Amino acid sequence: MAMNTQGRPTRADDASSGEFKTFTGNRALQIEESLIFEKDAFGDTGVDFPAPAGINRLGAHARVSDICLPGLSEPETMRHFVRLSQKNFAIDMGPFPLGSCTMKHNPRLNEKMARLPGFADAHPLQPQSTVQGALEVIDTLAHWLMEMTGMPAVAMSPKAGAHGELCGMIAIKAALEARGEAETRTRVLAPESAHGTNPATAAQCGFTVDAIPADETGRVDLAALKAKLGPDVAAIMVTNPNTCGLFERDIRAIADAVHEAGGYFYCDGANFNAIAGKVRPGDLGVDAMHINLHKTFSTPHGGGGPGSGPVVLSEALAPFAPVPFVVKEDGGYHLVETRREAKAEGEGEAGGRLTAFHGQMGMFTRALTYMLSHGGDGIRQAAEDAVLNANYILARLKGEMTPAFEGYCMHEALFDDRFLKGTGVETIDFAKAMIDEGYHPMTMYFPLVVHGAMLIEPTESESKQELDQFCDALLSIARRAKAGDAAALKAAPHYAPRRRLDETAAARNPVLRWTPKEPARAAE
Amino acid sequence: MTTKYTKDHEWVRVEGGVAIVGITAHAAEQLGDVVFVELPAKGKSFAQHAEMAVVESVKAASDVYAPISGEIVEVNQSIVDEPAKVNEDPTGEAWFVKIKPADRSEIDALMDEAAYKQLTEN
Amino acid sequence: MRYLPLSSDDRRDMLAVIGAKSVDELFADVPADALNAKIDLPAHKGELEVERIMGAMAAKNRAAGAGPFFVGAGAYKHHVPATVDHIIQRSEFLTSYTPYQPEIAQGTLQYLFEFQTQVAALTDMEVANASMYDGSTACAEAALMARRVTRRAKVILSGALHPHYAAVTRTNSELLGDKVVSAPIDIEGSEDLASMIDDETACVIVQNPDVFGNLRDLRPLAKAAQAKGALLVVAVTEAVSFGAIASPGEQGADIVVAEGQSIGVGLGFGGPYVGLFATKQKYMRQMPGRLCGETVDAEGKRGFVLTLSTREQHIRRDKATSNICTNSGLCALAFTVHMTLLGEKGLRQMAMLSHEAACKTADALARIPGVKLATKTFFNEFTLRLPSNAADIVEALAAKGVLGGVPGSRLWPHDKAAENLLIVAATECVSDADIEAFAKALKEVL
Repeated sequence: MAMNTQGRPTRADDASSGEFKTFTGNRALQIEESLIFEKDAFGDTGVDFPAPAGINRLGAHARVSDICLPGLSEPETMRHFVRLSQKNFAIDMGPFPLGSCTMKHNPRLNEKMARLPGFADAHPLQPQSTVQGALEVIDTLAHWLMEMTGMPAVAMSPKAGAHGELCGMIAIKAALEARGEAETRTRVLAPESAHGTNPATAAQCGFTVDAIPADETGRVDLAALKAKLGPDVAAIMVTNPNTCGLFERDIRAIADAVHEAGGYFYCDGANFNAIAGKVRPGDLGVDAMHINLHKTFSTPHGGGGPGSGPVVLSEALAPFAPVPFVVKEDGGYHLVETRREAKAEGEGEAGGRLTAFHGQMGMFTRALTYMLSHGGDGIRQAAEDAVLNANYILARLKGEMTPAFEGYCMHEALFDDRFLKGTGVETIDFAKAMIDEGYHPMTMYFPLVVHGAMLIEPTESESKQELDQFCDALLSIARRAKAGDAAALKAAPHYAPRRRLDETAAARNPVLRWTPKEPARAAE
Repeated sequence: MTTKYTKDHEWVRVEGGVAIVGITAHAAEQLGDVVFVELPAKGKSFAQHAEMAVVESVKAASDVYAPISGEIVEVNQSIVDEPAKVNEDPTGEAWFVKIKPADRSEIDALMDEAAYKQLTEN
Repeated sequence: MRYLPLSSDDRRDMLAVIGAKSVDELFADVPADALNAKIDLPAHKGELEVERIMGAMAAKNRAAGAGPFFVGAGAYKHHVPATVDHIIQRSEFLTSYTPYQPEIAQGTLQYLFEFQTQVAALTDMEVANASMYDGSTACAEAALMARRVTRRAKVILSGALHPHYAAVTRTNSELLGDKVVSAPIDIEGSEDLASMIDDETACVIVQNPDVFGNLRDLRPLAKAAQAKGALLVVAVTEAVSFGAIASPGEQGADIVVAEGQSIGVGLGFGGPYVGLFATKQKYMRQMPGRLCGETVDAEGKRGFVLTLSTREQHIRRDKATSNICTNSGLCALAFTVHMTLLGEKGLRQMAMLSHEAACKTADALARIPGVKLATKTFFNEFTLRLPSNAADIVEALAAKGVLGGVPGSRLWPHDKAAENLLIVAATECVSDADIEAFAKALKEVL
């Protein structure tokens, strides 16, 4: 019989805790990490290059000023960024129910395909004969997007959702110009609940913006909309499903009214994931709609980007799609890169260029990989599951929390802060308490039309078990608030890498870069 | 020396023929911690209701409208340097601008304290 | 379906809790005839089948690394250390969102702060933002920012600004009715932009090194712009040049925009890339895009937050400085990691290796009869005048396995003056054998 010869205790002692401050400031797996500029690596490098031969013909153009950037060795670099990564929450760690943002699972097959050298290591200005496969990806993805939306054309180059909005609104402006009405139609209507990008985009196109109120069910007030329509209206921008997580049930009446008044219908497709495979926007009277590949089609959000925002267009707007675009010809695929060439090809006036090169190819390969994986059937199932999950949350929470509107929701459930009234707890405290429970907070204080809004979008990626625990956790926070635990909730988060940060101080005295306390050592 | 108010939450007080203008305590509270103030140049003239200044907190940006028409004769640089003053003393030290009124009747037409109070309580 | 965790039992149980008979009941607001429209797309597939389909398409492309490669003109093939791709694929970076909850996003926020510092240092400017979509859209945003700063409505574009950058800027500025004046195509860097600046001019946009590869002394232009109250916007498409040539900041730029693709990002057939945007402190509040700033938490520990957000669309709406929301965060991370490995020392080495490779390439090609070097002083890119249509020659070179540059007609398809031009770029990835192969092939096809 072997004894514990090390004399090593194998049970944890009673962890009667109390705050304990470590010497390093680290907390086990949470390691404090300085900035790269504080690591005394000025003059060093973590990359080995062959010695330059000494040719230098730069003459007076050579940079003589110091750059003053440190170069860390590979192990230091790896450790630095891995430590930083561990201060982030991510979809791969747990539910990330940010309403309107669609944080769904990002399949790693997408990443693998995007890294095939034929895609990742191709130059956008190589001869077109050497990139036929890349053009085929763009054309195939375009086909899927048109088929799924029931729209006859798509502009692929916009770099993100807001860029797609710009693309669509430029097409609308160009169409109005072609009709000779650009001077008179200068007003764009958008609901009060719209994403801020909608009014910002309209203004960037030189339009003025007029807000349409919502009705008591959280949808566009059709009568109010009709009252605002007139010969000076260029377009309406409506998100559908809208930012309250509701389908605009008057969508066709809205489209008809706008068309009758001579305007165009721009649909913000940020929430297309709720209806992809179920409903085709082309059947609803839409003239233009951007699709966020980084939401609906699972390309990663990457801490704030990159995105990709192709825009589907109606027959009326298709001629005003920007260059470049891919056309399929007998000999293969061809990229039309200038407006003059577009005209020569019989493709109409075409719109001006929105970006260098051809769009977010790396997102195209990922999105197409996702579509091929899911198939038409799977994409429909994903939309159904997303809506089912959101309604499940709505049903489970509505006893303790206050839904902003009656009835079912689409892919996201919206609550207001009435259930917190008198508790001293506010939406932000509720959100921060979720962090301690191991969740990313929901979208808070948006849409603006609902007081203390909490917009929860679970996506189809959550299992029922995960949703149950999530709902139980939220119910417990709601009960704690009502039981008078305000002080603890207002101090949340307690267990995150940082406590609440002072945003006022950051804005009053902006520090946007590191600067040396004393002059940095010049590079060697 | 009565103080008058606008529905956009500016206050006006005439002292020695010059109108002193600021934002109300209610507005300062609604904005939250003020982090930035932008004031017009001295000598510039504004029509009534024209955008005259900007005041920002972390989560809100708000235009301040000229409550009356007239020329800016003085601006309060101290709130540009220390925006926190707007929260501390919005109706006193943290005035925004002084305007030489173009039309005194515009001032008379503004709300009195009781009317403004009623507005903010509704 | 491997991405969907719900089982049919789960779905049934959940519907019961909701109190709905079917999922379609949840879609009751959709017009009935539009629901479940027939969509003609193939059914779901396993990983293996998808890999075959995507792999077949990838195989139809010629990868830059497959042979001698000299294509540039706005995107450059530089070597990216293996560490970079590993880090950007970490779940916590790849699958996180915009850092709106700073307590659990310090990883993203700290690297953005480091990124902003690196960009400011490289460009020699006071402040930089947390990235734009790419260099071309950053360029367009710079023109819009100059309009806000100067309250003027005229933009002057250099005749050697990358035509895509010029086109994107034109698209955006003309939307607001601004006048956009392009100088004529300027192959040898001899244009006189200073004389075009007048009292209406908001900004003049010049690229350095320019699209033909010429290096420019921007100081006189900076002076001329300043004298007229206009801003000097400097566009840089090759970020590695910051390691070798006089910085835009020291030459008097007011706004610097750049394509950051060269550092960390890779070619990727044109995107996603990362736009760099830097300016002077006094213009900070007119900048587009997200900004990360330093602060402290409730315990006094240093932390980072998104700041000055009142400039942005989610607060300012129609009065925002830009409609931009999504930026290029993950590409900014790739840039930051690569730049962290390089440091000033490594960047300078990489830059000089690129310069040397370009010098050697130019020497080898200019020796070929009929080939003339059009660029006097260059960093890692130069322009050749060929005896005939450069596009045909590029195709012929490609058939011989050499990707020999960008023909003028690709960028100026309607300008005869550009027809015989070939823009050639070289980086540290170009070997002596590559140069030899290029020279041999060019001799053969001419």
